[in-house]
Amino acid sequence: MRVEIKFAGFGGQGIIKSGIIIAAAACIHGGKNAVQTQSYGPESRGGACKSEVVISEEDIDFPKVVEPDVLVVMSQHAYNEYVENVKPGGTIIMDPDMIPHEVDLKNAQVHRIPATKIAEELGKKIVANIVMLGAFVAITRILDANAVKESIKENIPKGTEELNLKAFEQGYEYGKTLPKSQA
Amino acid sequence: MPSKRSLLTGAHFMNGDVACAEGAIAAGCRFFAGYPITPATEIAEHLSQRMPEFGGIYIQMEDEIASMAAVLGASYAGLKAMTATSGPGFSLMQENIGLAVMTETPCVIVDIMRGGPSTGQPTLPGQQDVMQARWGSHGDYATVALAPSSVQEMFDLTLEAFNLAETYRVPAMLLGDEIVAHMYEKLVIPPPDKLRIVNRKRPNVPREEYMPFKPDEDLVPPMACFGEGYHFHATGLTHDERGYPQTSSSEAQQKLVTRLCNKIRKNEDKIIRVEETMLDDADVAVVAYGIVARSALSAVRKAREKGIKAGLLRLITLWPFPEKRVAQLAEQTKAIVVPEMNCGQMVLEVERKAKETPVAFLSKLGEEPHTPLEILEEIRRNS
Repeated sequence: MRVEIKFAGFGGQGIIKSGIIIAAAACIHGGKNAVQTQSYGPESRGGACKSEVVISEEDIDFPKVVEPDVLVVMSQHAYNEYVENVKPGGTIIMDPDMIPHEVDLKNAQVHRIPATKIAEELGKKIVANIVMLGAFVAITRILDANAVKESIKENIPKGTEELNLKAFEQGYEYGKTLPKSQA
Repeated sequence: MPSKRSLLTGAHFMNGDVACAEGAIAAGCRFFAGYPITPATEIAEHLSQRMPEFGGIYIQMEDEIASMAAVLGASYAGLKAMTATSGPGFSLMQENIGLAVMTETPCVIVDIMRGGPSTGQPTLPGQQDVMQARWGSHGDYATVALAPSSVQEMFDLTLEAFNLAETYRVPAMLLGDEIVAHMYEKLVIPPPDKLRIVNRKRPNVPREEYMPFKPDEDLVPPMACFGEGYHFHATGLTHDERGYPQTSSSEAQQKLVTRLCNKIRKNEDKIIRVEETMLDDADVAVVAYGIVARSALSAVRKAREKGIKAGLLRLITLWPFPEKRVAQLAEQTKAIVVPEMNCGQMVLEVERKAKETPVAFLSKLGEEPHTPLEILEEIRRNS
């Protein structure tokens, strides 16, 4: 089974890093095939940014996401750009504080995770992406939480492990207890 | 822990640029000169750390013209040498690539293609430099260019580019694209004793009898190292086997330039590599390379599911172009589909060999390569 995941937001939110962490977790710790691609503007920070992950038991030919099963979205701009493109019945995990304007979606599972607020409460707004990853793992169950935690440790700056793992746990707990809401 | 000087043997989840840098290290490259440019910067960045660990040299030059010149100097001094750039830098390097051809200097030029012309779209992919890789410098020459389509091939083909450069004393090019370069994927680095490493032929004559441009039977002259005491004169001017300028001899020009072309042409069966998928009974063949070949593979598989006999010829070697194989395919198939992220470049080569067989070209520019469905639609139209 081929699973397509798109992470989107703006440069500086750790969007590309999120994709790398998830793909590495699947590939190195999960024994699956995975590939991560990315797209960002020349301004890097502040510009539109997306990170795509394909996970499969089989060889992955086309490495780009065509119609995501899961969209993890952290900015209004990215929401507007990608939300209509999610696979029918697919999953949207979004930060409602970054996305004040939602559209009516007919056929998607929408999960609202206040990741930026949770990260601020932890003392560092920049770990909002890791909060989202925690929620992503709890909601989608595509990957094992321990595999993702190992991957986080390998892909973050030394000395930030405690903060990042705490961010992951908080997102995971929030995602686990969240009732599913049809849009 | 492996020592800092060892190859990273084992499985990794790595991006294509870093895999390319590690491929260079594994090939024995010990000199890198370059100027940072998106989307090739990570190659330079990684080698700036790794080269010193291996006792090699990393140098950031003032621009790409100087980078290419430094690479030639290092190669003449006996080191395997490389640079990495993207379109704008590749343009600046062309003059010294010509000098590398004329002085038969082994070296590797990595061009991670982005959207052009000019500065174009720095962070987006393209396949627009493939003809420049063949014809970018003035004069007549033949050279080698390889097109990776996975992170594994960014490693494997960088190593292969060094082997070809050393075997034929040519500048060898690796034409990646932004997606393959920035993509993270599994890479397996073999143990050192499983790698095939080629080093340039050394002279086996007394130093005073050495002629740096006197070829062996394979048309490639053995190469001494500057400073070892061999008679060695090198120039961009047309020269004789001693390397002395011959600026008014038609015979010298005929002999030298013909050999420069023939040392690739006559060895092309040894150089050319393609990957064939489901071509045996194919009615429609897709010819693709780089990232687009991954989309084409998916399209061909989908076509088969729908009962359309489609197959894929993936070009690993762009130059020399596998013209014999394409000519055979044209005889066997009803149509050939060529998707490229440019306005039509390798398709010209395909058309040249396809004769009466229709060739459908599919262009795509900007952020995304062709989707599998876009290529499938074109296969269907031509089946």
